[in-house]
Amino acid sequence: MTRSTIDLWVGIFVAIGLGALLFLALKVGNLASFSTAATYRVEARFSNIGGLKVRAPVKSAGVVVGRVADIGFDSQSYEAIAVLSLDARFKFPRDTSAKILTSGLLGEQYIGMEAGADTRMLEDGGKLRLTQSAVVLENLISQFLFNKAAEGGDAQGKK
Amino acid sequence: MRASLTRLGAMVTAGVWRLGYASRFFAYLLMHSGTALGRFRLTMREIYFAGVLSLIIILVSGLFVGMVLGLQGYDTLQRYGSSEALGVLVALSLVRELGPVVAGLLFASRAGSAITAEIGLMKATEQLSAMEMMAVDPVARVVAPRFWGGVISMPLLAALFSAMGVFGGYLVGVVLIGVDEGAFWSQMQAAVDVRNDILNGVIKSVVFGVAVTLIAVFEGYDATPTAEGVSGATTRTVVTSSLAILALDFVLTALMFTGGN
Repeated sequence: MTRSTIDLWVGIFVAIGLGALLFLALKVGNLASFSTAATYRVEARFSNIGGLKVRAPVKSAGVVVGRVADIGFDSQSYEAIAVLSLDARFKFPRDTSAKILTSGLLGEQYIGMEAGADTRMLEDGGKLRLTQSAVVLENLISQFLFNKAAEGGDAQGKK
Repeated sequence: MRASLTRLGAMVTAGVWRLGYASRFFAYLLMHSGTALGRFRLTMREIYFAGVLSLIIILVSGLFVGMVLGLQGYDTLQRYGSSEALGVLVALSLVRELGPVVAGLLFASRAGSAITAEIGLMKATEQLSAMEMMAVDPVARVVAPRFWGGVISMPLLAALFSAMGVFGGYLVGVVLIGVDEGAFWSQMQAAVDVRNDILNGVIKSVVFGVAVTLIAVFEGYDATPTAEGVSGATTRTVVTSSLAILALDFVLTALMFTGGN
C-alpha cells in the first residue's frame, strides 16, 4: 500500500462521512426548511398556555408560518408571554387572533393564527391582542362532571 | 482480614496513580501534537487504519441495527395505530443514542484494540526506546497521530452508522412493510432538530472518540512490555473504553436531553 492510495481511501472516507452528516442534517433533520429565512417577532399573551413548548409550530390555515421562539411569564399580570417568530414572507393584519390548539386529541400543541381585517400589518415587536388559551383536558372533564352532577341533582329535585 | 484490606488499599492507590499518570499523559500528548498535525501524512495513515478499515463493520452493523429498529418499532407502533411515526422512532434513536454509542463500541473493539496492540508491541520490541535513543519523541511520532486519527474518524463513523441505520429503517419500514413513504420522511423531518438532536449526537461521538482513542493509546503506551502484558492491555482497552462510553453516554444524555425539551 503506497501513500497515494491511502490518501485516496482517506479522501473517500472523509467525503462519505461528511456526506452522511449532510444527509442527516438535510434529509433526516430539517435544516433547510426554516433556519435560513428572515423572521419577525410578535408577542402574544395567554392566560394559560397548557403544554405549549418552545419551537412549537405556529400555523395559519394549517400551514406552518413560524415557530414559538420563547415562552416567558409576566409576574404583574400573571400571564404567559409567548414570543412567536414568524416568517417574513407572511404578513398578518394587526387584529389577527391567536389560539392554542392541539393536533389530534392528545397530540402536541401549536398556535393557530386567524387573520383579521385590519389594513395595517403586524411588524417586528408587535403584539397579538386577541388570544385564546389552551384547552386543559382536566378542566374540560371536571366541567363535564359538574354539569352531569348538576343535571342529576335537578332530576332528583323534580321528583 | 488485614491482608485483604492492604490489598484493597494497594489496588485503590494503584488505580489513582494510573489515573494521574493517564491525565499527565493526555496533557503531554496534547502539547506534543504539533508533529501529528503539522505532518498530516502521519495522521492520514492512522485515519486509514482506524477509520477506513472500520467502514465495513460500521456500515453493515448500522444497516442491520436500523432494520431491526424498523421491525421492532413497527410491531409496537402499529398497536397504537401510529405506524407513520416509525421514521421518527428510527431516526431519533439512531441519531441521539445508538449511532454514537454502538459505533463507539464497535470502534473500540475494532480500532482501539488494534491501536493498543500496535503500540504495546512497539514497546515490547523496544522500538519506542530506539526512537528515544534517536531523539525522536515516541509520543509525538507514534502516539499523537494515532490519537488524532481516531478522534477524526469516530464522528464520521458515527454519522455513517446513523445514516445507514436510517436507510435500513426505510428499507424495512417503507419498502418491505409498506409504511407510507411521505409520512415516514416528513414526520422524521418534523421531529428531528438539527441542533438539539444531530449536533448533540455529533458532540457525543467526538467525546467518545477522544475517550476511546485516549484509553487505547494510553493502555498501549503503559503496557507491560511482554507478550502477556500486551494481551492484557488489549483486553483492558476494550473493557475500559466500553464502560467509559456507556458511562459518558449517561452523563451526556443527562446534560443534553433533560430539561427544556
